[in-house]
Amino acid sequence: MNYPDEITYGNKADIISTVEFNHTGELLATGDKGGRVVIFQREQESKNQVHRRGEYNVYSTFQSHEPEFDYLKSLEIEEKINKIRWLPQQNAAYFLLSTNDKTVKLWKVSERDKRPEGYNLKDEEGRLRDPATITTLRVPVLRPMDLMVEATPRRVFANAHTYHINSISVNSDYETYMSADDLRINLWNFEITNQSFNIVDIKPANMEELTEVITAAEFHPHHCNTFVYSSSKGTIRLCDMRASALCDRHTKFFEEPEDPSNRSFFSEIISSISDVKFSHSGRCIMTRDYLTVKVWDLNMENRPVETYQVHDYLRSKLCSLYENDCIFDKFECVWNGSDSVIMTGSYNNFFRMFDRNTKRDVTLEASRENSKPRAILKPRKVCVGGKRRKDEISVDSLDFSKKILHTAWHPSENIIAVAATNNLYIFQDKVN
Amino acid sequence: MLPRGLKRKCSEDEAPAGPLQRQSLLDMSLAKLQLCHMLAEPNLCRSVLIANTVRQIQEEMTQDGSWSLPGPQTAGRSPRDRLVSTEVLCCSAWAGPAPAPDPADLASALQAVPATQVPGAMPGGPWDRAVPGESQGGFPRSLDQVFGTLESQGPGTVEELLSDVGGSYCDLDAVLMGVVGGAKSGPEGLETFASVAAPPRGTGCKADLGELDHVVEILVET
Repeated sequence: MNYPDEITYGNKADIISTVEFNHTGELLATGDKGGRVVIFQREQESKNQVHRRGEYNVYSTFQSHEPEFDYLKSLEIEEKINKIRWLPQQNAAYFLLSTNDKTVKLWKVSERDKRPEGYNLKDEEGRLRDPATITTLRVPVLRPMDLMVEATPRRVFANAHTYHINSISVNSDYETYMSADDLRINLWNFEITNQSFNIVDIKPANMEELTEVITAAEFHPHHCNTFVYSSSKGTIRLCDMRASALCDRHTKFFEEPEDPSNRSFFSEIISSISDVKFSHSGRCIMTRDYLTVKVWDLNMENRPVETYQVHDYLRSKLCSLYENDCIFDKFECVWNGSDSVIMTGSYNNFFRMFDRNTKRDVTLEASRENSKPRAILKPRKVCVGGKRRKDEISVDSLDFSKKILHTAWHPSENIIAVAATNNLYIFQDKVN
Repeated sequence: MLPRGLKRKCSEDEAPAGPLQRQSLLDMSLAKLQLCHMLAEPNLCRSVLIANTVRQIQEEMTQDGSWSLPGPQTAGRSPRDRLVSTEVLCCSAWAGPAPAPDPADLASALQAVPATQVPGAMPGGPWDRAVPGESQGGFPRSLDQVFGTLESQGPGTVEELLSDVGGSYCDLDAVLMGVVGGAKSGPEGLETFASVAAPPRGTGCKADLGELDHVVEILVET
């Protein structure tokens, strides 16, 4: 593919914790650690600047979640936005779900570009008029005003999760969605906030027997009865809600047999799946564990069809990464619109793309120092030992505090959004 | 924030870990679990993964025969303390009927502390319930400190801790049984208490009833 050339970025006061394009790619939402949501909108391509592709500009900013205090447990609930998911657009307004550890909210984002003027009982500033001074009646009319984008919370889905919510997923029926925490998955109807159905529960009767947690979950893009969830033991379960009310027994179970030559005390930790995503076609799922990205065919449960090494040079450093806790970092992964390329993040602000057809891969860096607007991104390479060539970086020089956990790919074009700590980078394909 | 590069404290060799590396990994893991436990609301996934790692190391050490019950090499601790900690971990008879958060805190604090000394028995505390208010003061480094604190503050403290219990233990048992037997979707807190009521299965416990009575006396202040 062409190397991306355009870069737009914004400074966030806080660390970005989620990035998501809407279904048309016109809007891009980010959530951050401070509970804020910032939505960017793509500029309409103008006839005057034909070579300038639509840039993303801030469209709306609002505070989605506030820090809360759970008085029963004496705990503070973080306002950090864990996930944002858009609903498909059905009218002029946009709807999205945003969630922190405990509460999911449905937000409506709508534009206001007209306002009524000419009230009888109020003057233009809104002050009440003395009825005695009114001699004529007039009909208020709508007059244009400066565009205002307002976000209003339409639903709050609270008090259904004991553990921390890690995923939300909108169903293809557009009437329901699911929220998953470490041990349970709940199904919600958008119209009903005081009730949810528990569809998966892996909490053992005796918590001391707990050895596995749910790490991610997603609905099938077309079959509204099917969903998958991944676990900390590197397994994926596909469930059919038609089979039973409580989907404790999976329809399919995906697990790769362990490679005995690679076995270590860290094998289980690095097999823990941090993200699972259906392909747009719905025929495959992609999983991300600490060192690899795997593509699974839904019809083959015993092993993935493709495995891509993200940063295998870290395999010999697992003990240090365990010590500094980096081994627990949860990286996400994304498909491009045609399911031909997959992307995921790494350390040192690197992110990786894998072309499934050509089997070529590339490492790119999201950093202001190394990129200027409209500059072509240069591929990066990590030197794994021996002589380090110019422009290569050695493993021991990698900055593990600069991690790219969240990325997003436009649904139909080659536009990607990459969150590097508190900066957002948007890269576009080179024009012609 | 994390420094550039990686510390070299760990062995970088991914070959099967020797006993020394294994021990150091075990110590590191247990320290992480203790740290988890100190947090108001630990990351459950992380705790589970670390605990599984500890279990794996302990299993291998047991198979190797290099794991043995703590002997005289743990200098500075009286034998009585070690026995007491074993008892506290394995038999939660006194920890069971304690619905108020504070005594449960104490239970989980006591369960987690002697983890390094007891073979096989895993602290169920870290993710069993949130541990509110743990951050005031320091985390007790040993049972000595815990008991010391209780005793120096006088029996009144213990009474305060258990004051919410009220009534007799029999009443509480009945309440717990009623709740567990009834609606499954009861409040999360009560489910937790029900799971606490079941004593953890400790392996290799050498019961010393005399010591247990002594412990119960101190805590319950009959």
